[in-house]
Amino acid sequence: MDFAGAGDGRERALALLLFSMADDEFVIGFSDSEWTGIGPILEEDVAISSIAQDELGHAQALYRLLADLVADGRDADAIAYDRPPEGYLHARLLDHPRGDWAATIVRRYLYDTADAARLDALADSSYRPLAELVAKIRREERYHLMHMETWLERLARASGEPRDRLLAALAEMGPDAGTVLAPLPGEPALVRHGIVGQPFATIETHWREGVGRTFARLGLPELPPTRDADHARSGHSEAFRALHEEFTMVRRSEVGATW
Amino acid sequence: MVMVKAAAPSELVSAAAVRRILATVHDPEIPTVSIVDLGLVHDVRVDPERISVELLPTFVACPALEVIRSTVVDALAVLDRPADVTFTFAVPWTTKRLTPAGAAGLRKAGIAPPAEPSAVHCPFCASGRVAMDNAFGPTLCRSLFYCRDCRQPFEAFKPI
Repeated sequence: MDFAGAGDGRERALALLLFSMADDEFVIGFSDSEWTGIGPILEEDVAISSIAQDELGHAQALYRLLADLVADGRDADAIAYDRPPEGYLHARLLDHPRGDWAATIVRRYLYDTADAARLDALADSSYRPLAELVAKIRREERYHLMHMETWLERLARASGEPRDRLLAALAEMGPDAGTVLAPLPGEPALVRHGIVGQPFATIETHWREGVGRTFARLGLPELPPTRDADHARSGHSEAFRALHEEFTMVRRSEVGATW
Repeated sequence: MVMVKAAAPSELVSAAAVRRILATVHDPEIPTVSIVDLGLVHDVRVDPERISVELLPTFVACPALEVIRSTVVDALAVLDRPADVTFTFAVPWTTKRLTPAGAAGLRKAGIAPPAEPSAVHCPFCASGRVAMDNAFGPTLCRSLFYCRDCRQPFEAFKPI
């Protein structure tokens, strides 16, 4: 990442944290927005579009915090769009294409639960701008989580095709679920400075316990350990490159345009 | 006719005067509710050189924020003093910030004021026999309901 000028270890670690969170919200928000207009039923078209819009707003607010922190003249849009695909720091779970409805639900459920655990650990962050934003975001994310829990249960308790598709999506994405909470390079500095309340390993353990209880109740297989956790946020997929090509298209078509 | 804008004498530019003007600015999507009654106003400061207004976004991604900001700037222009209008997350906006007048204004616009789903009443006939159709609605801040008595679909402000 090109924020070498971001000062000491604390600032560098903080910038990495903000990049990872903002890119997570941006990529899942953009990816889920592909359902707009083609959702399986009208209510779900509205719901997933609304959720995607929330996520893009959260990403924008986080990119603004980054712009203030890094202060290298780039605004939130420049940070969000003007990077090559390999410059994005989202978790590998979000590299999967949106897939069918079951895959979208599985990915959102895994992401929303992990993100909720991460937000909990940031609620008392020593970095005030982040703590304030997190207080706001948590209130909105609660709606996403409730919705995904309802859908996960609906698919899991159905027999036949819905449950089969759910199981297939879990087999595909389960090994990448833990990438959202994989430790970041600057984690010791984040914990030492009170930016994050606990080490990511602790957050991840609690998250796995919670998901494990839900999966056991629904008769779903246990989540496997995280595959290649050391590269949780790099080496992005072809599916992400295609998504990147699309979400940067308008920005690239008229460089410097204002809206 | 030439409109002459009278500049307010500086001693008349008070925080109260600013708030009175803010009370005339309405949510662009809910014309019956002012941004004051919606609880968006976090802070108003008046200095000899500047006016500062801090507003709270209802939802982080609300696309109406820029419209609200520029409407407030335009409305404050009558005071003839530069105004900084910014959004802050210093405290989270919650539905508890809505005033009773704001709740009445929502009902007038056909939107049920925020409440737990079991406590939502139809804004048209006041019936409590309502059902939530979708927690998500046409805007980020609203859910979709249906009234079993007057058989009218309606929107309800999401409690957050």
